[in-house]
Amino acid sequence: MSIATLELEGVTVRFGGLKALLDFDLVMQPGELVGLIGPNGAGKTTAFNAITGVYQPTEGEVRVGGSRVNGRKPHQICARGVARTFQNIRLFRELSALDNVRIACHARAESGFFDALFLTGRHLREEARILSRAEEYLEVMGLGHRRDEVSRNLPYGEQRRLEIARALATGPKLLCLDEPAAGMNAAEKVELMELIRSVRDRFGIAILVIEHDMRLVMGVSERLLVLDHGCTIAAGTPAEVRRNPRVIEAYLGDAYLEEKQIAVPLPEGSP
Amino acid sequence: MTEFLQHLVNGLSVGTIYALVALGYTMVYGVLKLINFAHGDVYMVGAFAGYYLSELVGVRPPWADPPPGAGEVFVKATIVTMGAMIICGLLGYVIERFAYRPLRHRARLTALITAIGVSFLLEFGFQLSPLVHTPIEFPPGPSPRVFPALLERVGYEWAGVSLSNYDIIGLLVALGLMLGLQFIVYRTRFGTAMRAVSFDSEVAGLMGIPVNRIISWTFILGSALAAAAAVISAVSRPRIEPLFGLMAGLKAFVAAVLGGIGSVPGAMVGGLVLGLAEEYVAGYTDSSYRDAIAFTVLILVLLIRPAGLFGRFTVEKV
Repeated sequence: MSIATLELEGVTVRFGGLKALLDFDLVMQPGELVGLIGPNGAGKTTAFNAITGVYQPTEGEVRVGGSRVNGRKPHQICARGVARTFQNIRLFRELSALDNVRIACHARAESGFFDALFLTGRHLREEARILSRAEEYLEVMGLGHRRDEVSRNLPYGEQRRLEIARALATGPKLLCLDEPAAGMNAAEKVELMELIRSVRDRFGIAILVIEHDMRLVMGVSERLLVLDHGCTIAAGTPAEVRRNPRVIEAYLGDAYLEEKQIAVPLPEGSP
Repeated sequence: MTEFLQHLVNGLSVGTIYALVALGYTMVYGVLKLINFAHGDVYMVGAFAGYYLSELVGVRPPWADPPPGAGEVFVKATIVTMGAMIICGLLGYVIERFAYRPLRHRARLTALITAIGVSFLLEFGFQLSPLVHTPIEFPPGPSPRVFPALLERVGYEWAGVSLSNYDIIGLLVALGLMLGLQFIVYRTRFGTAMRAVSFDSEVAGLMGIPVNRIISWTFILGSALAAAAAVISAVSRPRIEPLFGLMAGLKAFVAAVLGGIGSVPGAMVGGLVLGLAEEYVAGYTDSSYRDAIAFTVLILVLLIRPAGLFGRFTVEKV
C-alpha cells in the first residue's frame, strides 16, 4: 500500500481549558475524497488549522506524506503538498485573478530573488512557465475569462472558485476545502461539488471537504467524518453515517428525536 | 522665475532624500503594520557607515596631490555607497530578527515601543565615546564629523539657477533606486510575495510564501535605501552626528503618511511633495519655518485626507 497522503493521530487542540478538537484520527489515501461534517463550532476548521500549521496541536501527531509536520511553519507544510481554502473568502483582494493564482505558484518556483533582479534566463523561463500554469488553473475552474479582473470585483461564486484555483496552484497532494459551497444556492452547490470531483480526477489529489450541508457532501464523498464538540462521533460511508443516531442528534437536537421517538444509545460510561 | 527654479532644484534634491527614506517606512508598514521609528536612525548609521568606509578605502579629497583620477573616484564612491547599503541592510535584518520578530504576535503597541527603544539604542549608542580606535574610531561619539568629499563639486549656472553635479548625481542615483524598487515590487515574484504578505500574511503563508523571509528582505531593502539616501545627502551636507537621523526620519515619516502609508508610489510622491513644499515655503517666507512645514503638512493630511494621497480608505467591518 502506498504512503498515506495525510495521517492525523490523536490530534488534540486546546485553547486554555477549551478543547476545540479532541483525539482526532484521520488517514487519507492518495486520491481519496473525504467529507468532514458537523454542526457549528464542532472543530472542523480547527482540524484544518492543525493540518495546515496555523495551530500547533497540543497533543498528537500530524504526518504529511509519511513525515511528521508538527511545529512546521504553514509555508513549509504547503511545500509538502497541503493547500487549503477558507470559510470566509480570503483572496488577495486588490490583485487580479491571475496574480492571485500566480502568487501561489511561488511555492514551487525555482528561480530566486537575484534571478529576478538581474532578469536571468532562468527567471524568464520560470515566469513563462508560471504564467501558463496559472492560466491553466484558471481555465480548469472556469475563470479563464476573468484573468485580469481584480479579485474583489468578481461575483461571489467565482471568488470561491478562484480560491480553489489558487490552492491548486501551490501543487498540492491534499486539498482542504473549508465550506466551499457556503452562501451558494442549491444549483450552484451541486455544480461546485461536480467541479470538486472533476478536480480530484484530473489532478489525482486527495481532497478533504468541510461542508455544512449534509446531503450535498454525502453525494460527493466516499467517506465521511462527523465532529461534534471536538469529538469524532461517527465515521464511515455516507450511508452508514446517515443512519447513525448520534449524527442525527448532533444535527437536529434532542427535541427532534423525542418527537420522532428515535432512541439514542448513550455513550458508554455516561450516567 | 529664477528664484522659483532655484527652489525647484533644491526641493527636488531634498525631496528625493525624503522619498528614499520614506520608502523604508512605507514598506515595513505595508508588511507588518508597524511604524519602524528606528528607521531614521538606520539612515544615520548609513551616513556613518559611509564615513567609515571612506576612511577604510582611503578616499582622497579632490584637492589632494595628486588629485584622484575619475576612475578612482567612481570606484571608491561606488564602494562607499554600496558598502553603506549592505551594512544598513544587515542592520535592518538584525533589528527585525531580534527586536521585532519575537514580538510579532504581541499587541501592536509593544512593537511600536520597541521601535522607539531601538531608535534610542542607536542614537545614544553612537554617542558613546570610542571603544575601538583602530582601524576606525567606533562608536563615533557625540561631536559632529565631516563626511569626506567623495567627488569634486562642480557648480553649474543656467539662467541664474545654480546647481551642482552633487544635485544631478544624487537625483539620478535616487531615481534609479526608486525605479529599481518599483520594478522589484511590481514585476518580480519577490515583490508579488511582499504584496501578498501585506494583504494577508496568514493566507500568504498558507499559499507557500515564506513570510519571515519576505519580511526580512523588506527590512533589508528599506534599510539599504535609507543608507543610499544618507550617503547622497551627506555628500552635499557633510555634517553628520548621531542625532541627525531623528529629524530626517520624522520628515520621511511625514512624507510616507502624506503619500499614504503602505503605498510605494505614495512614498515617492510624498517625499518629493514634502521636499518641494518645504523649500518653497522656506524660500518665499522665512527659512526658520522649514521644519514647521513638515508637521503642518502632517496635521493637514490627518485632518483632510487621513489615508494620504495614494492611500485607500478602508471601512472596518463590524
